[in-house]
Amino acid sequence: MSTPMNAHYTATAKTLHWLIAMLIFGMLGLGFYMTGLDVSPTKLQIYSWHKWVGVTVFLLVVVRLAWRITHRPPALPQHMAPIERIAAHAGHHLLYVLMFAIPLTGWLMSSAKGFQTVWFGVLPIPDLLAKDKALGDLLQTVHVVLNFVLIAVLLGHVGAALKHHFFDKDDVLTRMLPGRAD
Amino acid sequence: MKRIALALFSTFAIAASAHAVEYSQVQADQSRIAFGYQQMGVSMDGAFRKFSSQLRFDPAAPQAASATIEVELASIDTGSDEGDEEAARKTWFNTKDFPTARFESTGVKALGGNKYEVAGKLTIKGTTRDVVVPATFAEQGKAGVFEGSLTIKRGDFSVGEGAWKAFDVVANDVVIKFRITAAAK
Ligand code: HEM
Repeated sequence: MSTPMNAHYTATAKTLHWLIAMLIFGMLGLGFYMTGLDVSPTKLQIYSWHKWVGVTVFLLVVVRLAWRITHRPPALPQHMAPIERIAAHAGHHLLYVLMFAIPLTGWLMSSAKGFQTVWFGVLPIPDLLAKDKALGDLLQTVHVVLNFVLIAVLLGHVGAALKHHFFDKDDVLTRMLPGRAD
Repeated sequence: MKRIALALFSTFAIAASAHAVEYSQVQADQSRIAFGYQQMGVSMDGAFRKFSSQLRFDPAAPQAASATIEVELASIDTGSDEGDEEAARKTWFNTKDFPTARFESTGVKALGGNKYEVAGKLTIKGTTRDVVVPATFAEQGKAGVFEGSLTIKRGDFSVGEGAWKAFDVVANDVVIKFRITAAAK
């Protein structure tokens, strides 16, 4: 009620959404590409970049969660059926969980494998777990599986945004796009 | 008088030699050879699972001590299977042509207290270099424990060739840390 029907997301919300989206798309590509490489200095460099950018995403997601908890996003359009609303909310919750859990499992995996993460080669990130090979392998599997779940949810997310735009012809996509004023 | 002195002297000599302990029975399960290095600015460590050593050390006569250590390079534990396989390759240790690394002491100097300096020759991958290893000695029950560390440059031994030759990803400095426990004979 307090939010007008066609309200936009704030500039902060948009910036965080697209920045994190770009980084995650890049990270998915980088992650799948790097694991197939033969051991080489390049591979070690790419792994480091993957970890550094991943930790950056984690920090941005923490900021984003803090923003989301203290702000209300614009309401969903009136035409949506109850089941569609449930799906939208569930999807968004799942995205927040995955955005948080994927970098976290990456960080924990690195610690368990005995590789500390030193952010951009400068700031050592504390190891939350002691070295434990079996646990490291398990966390690696969790990291990979969560990434596949993320890809599935993202396909649904993008598909839904396009459906809103081209079939329902509502403002669900445009209100997240940069440019228009709040 | 002279005879008494001689008798006394020989008693002392016997007592002294009976008292002298020589640590020479290396206990493999109480010994460890590990290493540390920097990779992409991150401290990494590992160890060698297999090595053999011969040791003779009498705290009363350190200058007569000697040590030979031979490390089976293929027994490396880098923390990942991928890393272990990579270390065995031609560009790193080339374990096929150079299966072991060897340290052979040439002289031991007591520095006072429990500190010693062990000079010797270190051979890795066909290259031999003179090194001086600082070490400490401590008696632990019936055994003697030797501990120390030595920083070498991997480039000096051509460990890491080709794409690995630059030190930007894997640093040149490698710290070798050892702890060798030997029982007295
Ligand atoms: C936005 C966050 C992240 C995304 C989207 C992401 C995505 C991925 C993907 C797609 C893979 C390839 C999985 C495979 O097929 O093996 C991967 C692997 C990996 N990730 Fe991440 N990752 C993220 C954050 C992190 C962080 C923060 C770290 C560590 C600090 C990390 C460490 C790793 C490691 C070490 C691997 C390779 C596992 C192996 O050895 O095979 N990731 N990641």
